[in-house]
Amino acid sequence: MTNERVGYIQSIQGNMITVHFEEDVLQNEVGYVICGKEKLMAEVIRISDNTAYMQVFEDTKGVKVGDRIEFSLTMLSVKLGPGLLGQVYDGLQNPLPELAKKFGFFLPRGIQLDALNSGAKWHFFPLIKTGKKTVSSAEPLGYVQEGIFKHYIMVPFDLTGEYSVEKIASEGDYTIKDTIAILRDSRGNNIKVGMAFDWPIKIPIKAYRQKLTPKEPLTTKIRIIDTFFPVAKGGTYCIPGPFGAGKTVLQQLTSRYADVDVVILAACGERAGEVVETLRKFPELNDPRTGKSLMERTIIICNTSSMPVAARDASVYTAATLGEYYRQMGLNVLLLADSTSRWAQAMREVSGRLEEIPGEEAYPAYLESRIAEFYERSGLVELFLGEKGSLTIGGTVSPAGGNFDEPVTQATLKVVGAFHGLSRDRANARRFPSIDPLESWSRYPSFIAPEVIKDAREMLIKGNEVGQMMKVIGEEGTSMDDFIIYLKAEFLDSVYLQQNGFDKVDAATGLARQEYVFGKIYSVLNKKLNFDTKDNARKAFHALRQLFVDWNYKEWESQEFKEQERKIEEFLDTQMSAEDKGR
Amino acid sequence: MRKVHSKILSINGNVITVKADGVSYEELALVKSARGSSLAQVIKLEADIVSLQVFSGSRGISTNDEVTFSGFPMRVGFSENMLGRIFDGSGRPRDKGPDLSENLIEITGPSVNPAKRIIPERMIRTNIPMIDVFNSLVVSQKLPIFSISGEPYNELLARIALQAEVDMIVLGGIGLKYDQYMFFKKALDDGGALSRSVFFVHTASDPIVEGLMVPDLCLAVAEKFALVGKDVLVLLSDMTNFSDALKEIAITMEQVPSNRGYPGDLYSQLARRYEKAVDFEGAGSVTILAVTTMPGDDVTHPVPDNTGYITEGQFYLRGARIEPFGSLSRLKQQVNDKTRKDHRAIMDGMIQLYAQYKEAEEKRSMGFRMTAWDKKLLKYGKLFEAHMMDLSVNISLEKALDNGWKILSECFLPQETSFRTDLVQEFWPAKAPGANPQAAESSEDLSGESSQEQDYEE
Repeated sequence: MTNERVGYIQSIQGNMITVHFEEDVLQNEVGYVICGKEKLMAEVIRISDNTAYMQVFEDTKGVKVGDRIEFSLTMLSVKLGPGLLGQVYDGLQNPLPELAKKFGFFLPRGIQLDALNSGAKWHFFPLIKTGKKTVSSAEPLGYVQEGIFKHYIMVPFDLTGEYSVEKIASEGDYTIKDTIAILRDSRGNNIKVGMAFDWPIKIPIKAYRQKLTPKEPLTTKIRIIDTFFPVAKGGTYCIPGPFGAGKTVLQQLTSRYADVDVVILAACGERAGEVVETLRKFPELNDPRTGKSLMERTIIICNTSSMPVAARDASVYTAATLGEYYRQMGLNVLLLADSTSRWAQAMREVSGRLEEIPGEEAYPAYLESRIAEFYERSGLVELFLGEKGSLTIGGTVSPAGGNFDEPVTQATLKVVGAFHGLSRDRANARRFPSIDPLESWSRYPSFIAPEVIKDAREMLIKGNEVGQMMKVIGEEGTSMDDFIIYLKAEFLDSVYLQQNGFDKVDAATGLARQEYVFGKIYSVLNKKLNFDTKDNARKAFHALRQLFVDWNYKEWESQEFKEQERKIEEFLDTQMSAEDKGR
Repeated sequence: MRKVHSKILSINGNVITVKADGVSYEELALVKSARGSSLAQVIKLEADIVSLQVFSGSRGISTNDEVTFSGFPMRVGFSENMLGRIFDGSGRPRDKGPDLSENLIEITGPSVNPAKRIIPERMIRTNIPMIDVFNSLVVSQKLPIFSISGEPYNELLARIALQAEVDMIVLGGIGLKYDQYMFFKKALDDGGALSRSVFFVHTASDPIVEGLMVPDLCLAVAEKFALVGKDVLVLLSDMTNFSDALKEIAITMEQVPSNRGYPGDLYSQLARRYEKAVDFEGAGSVTILAVTTMPGDDVTHPVPDNTGYITEGQFYLRGARIEPFGSLSRLKQQVNDKTRKDHRAIMDGMIQLYAQYKEAEEKRSMGFRMTAWDKKLLKYGKLFEAHMMDLSVNISLEKALDNGWKILSECFLPQETSFRTDLVQEFWPAKAPGANPQAAESSEDLSGESSQEQDYEE
């Protein structure tokens, strides 16, 4: 290349380098450090005078002062096109299985592979005709079948204005390198369009008519979430919790059972082992909706804790961009980021190396706005052709010391629509999922009537109060009425809020079953009860709990399910009617 | 490029700067002073000013001492001959054996491709019920022992090392007290395991920076052995000292501290080490057990807190017992469905009841009247502590599960526990006193339990 723009390294500390350059440099431009035979990818994050501060996406071991940088003139981007589903990428969209095939156990330094298989043939169906007057950004030109979805081939989002269609490929097999359309802009320039194009990850895709208010529930099949603290399609939620409280298990369950079209998992700075479970199990698991492998609807962005920190920062943006892309096809997409705290820490590391003035706990002052920007990429949108697509974002937060008063949790709570706070006490008592029913909240409507939910929550709150009081004044000082409230709250907790994520049946409860079972439980909560002694009351509730727990393990609408229900009815009629045990 | 630089520009803490060209990041150098020689590593390059951290500290270094750059990053020798050997925190022999100069490998190598990892599924049996039953240890797991100074955590490490079925042991001591170092040496020697062990020991009396290399040395060696098919157990004691060394260097380098003086990248630094735990498909594995002492018994202290987010669970060692609350093995679900079908139920059920016992115990200590249910719980708690929690209990997993049912049946009626009916039918001991309602109802006297003690296999 003749117009190669280069710079030279002036200083190195950790993954931060400063580079002297002569010509022009773009903010967020990608450059490559030439270190022997290796080319290490780096991104410009600050420019002052003729010095660019760059974060290197790899280990900087062996890099020297005076080493050359080659600038690329592009911002950090991802490739969008058919073949993304089922892939496992690192934070910079390198396909990890391909790397493993070529390089074995370890991640090599300075290697960039194609994100999409350029040899794969896709059967293209055109949707418009040559000579159609105009098309504009994001308008479908045709589609290919990607697994179970129609993957629309759209006018690249960075093409602004209107274009006439000079030529469109006829139905047939093409690779992503082939030109499938030639568009002409208003000045008469011809633009070749393929099935894949690049998009800078830090810029949201806004190719839609308008953003709508998220209302429709997104079913996770986790009872406490769907019934009490629901998530809406296109909404946002966060799961803060101390370590060991079950954040990741909760995310894994959601990624399996949630009622959405596409799931994007961003494993951001967390344990590699957890991703592996998903990697190895998903191909074998069937999506209950389609009967196909779960992997066919999943993309995994995997930048685990030992992988370079700068790429961790990129991984959440990569995930969001892919999510927005599939939303453009009118699909419901769920992005699960685990954990946003690691991303925030990556920002903190970079900020520290830039010697910026630190904010609270040394996080940069722009922490809040970055978090808000990220969650704002979610949304239910009306596309140009009238269909709707949604991107829901759920992020876990790992607060230092499990204390929700820290900057990342607080900044996140300001922008999300639902808060599923995990509690260490519940986790210690093995009450899973350990979502705290007293602290958590959701701004989205539940599928169950609000007054019923309010009732049940009040029961939980009162039960908790009685429980606290009993610790002080003892059981003997508690009235029978209060004691029954306490038992009812405990009952609701153990048979409905708690759910066994490792049991085939109990792990996922559909909405119909939730409604049915909750109805039954609600009737117990409202039942007038009376017992002669507290021990008898406790015994009766223990037995009832056992019946309900067993019920949870029976397949919905199976014979055993009905049989167990009959046992419960019988028990309620004979052992727990107010008249029998009346004083 | 073996150029000697004899002008040290600044000495600040354990960091020195010299003027030099052509030096690469993380390169190793030798600093020769009147006191002897020490290794040093490049931690910052700014134009031609090179900052190095000196492993044996800067005391006695003169501004005209010689600094020789090696042209290599930190490396360590690797061979079968390492077994039974003891090295210091710079990788030099601490015993009288020869230096390791052949087959040098780089430490802090690249990380394992997640796509090449496999789901861990081999349980490591330790014969400690609190581990085997409640929080099974799994091959390739990384697990810290959270403890406070004075607890027998090194004894626990040594016992696990001796009883666990692994091919070899790599022990890394960071700020290890000298007597603890001697203890490890003796324990592994007595147990016949010294000949399959490698030690990298940095003692409390050595310069603190030298301890920084210990985890990397241990893990680089362990990784190489794993690649040739060995199941390696790495023991690190104590990672809080390692973090403190990081803190010291960060402060010297004027980095903005994030929390209680620790650098903002503490999480990434710890993760880079712990994530070396791996099970290589078709080869061996690396399992990491590390001690993390909690200053002031505070789990929210940055070191245990960051560690907990990285590791696959943690064991709390408190009062010489592994605490059931908080202790967690995240990988247990991978293995405890293949042991015995009551394993998971016992694991959850007994802990739930023990939690209730704790509440009853609290009530009792506050002087409340004990209900019949409370009394059952109190009895249960005592038996649980004696036959499950006590670290002297040394029995197989199966025996421990049997003991679990025995304890339950002595204290409760089946329906008082929340076990699934099918398990109760199969495992609830038929002739135990608990099967008889009257016996269970009237078992109010706690002293009565002694008659049943001999039932427990130990």
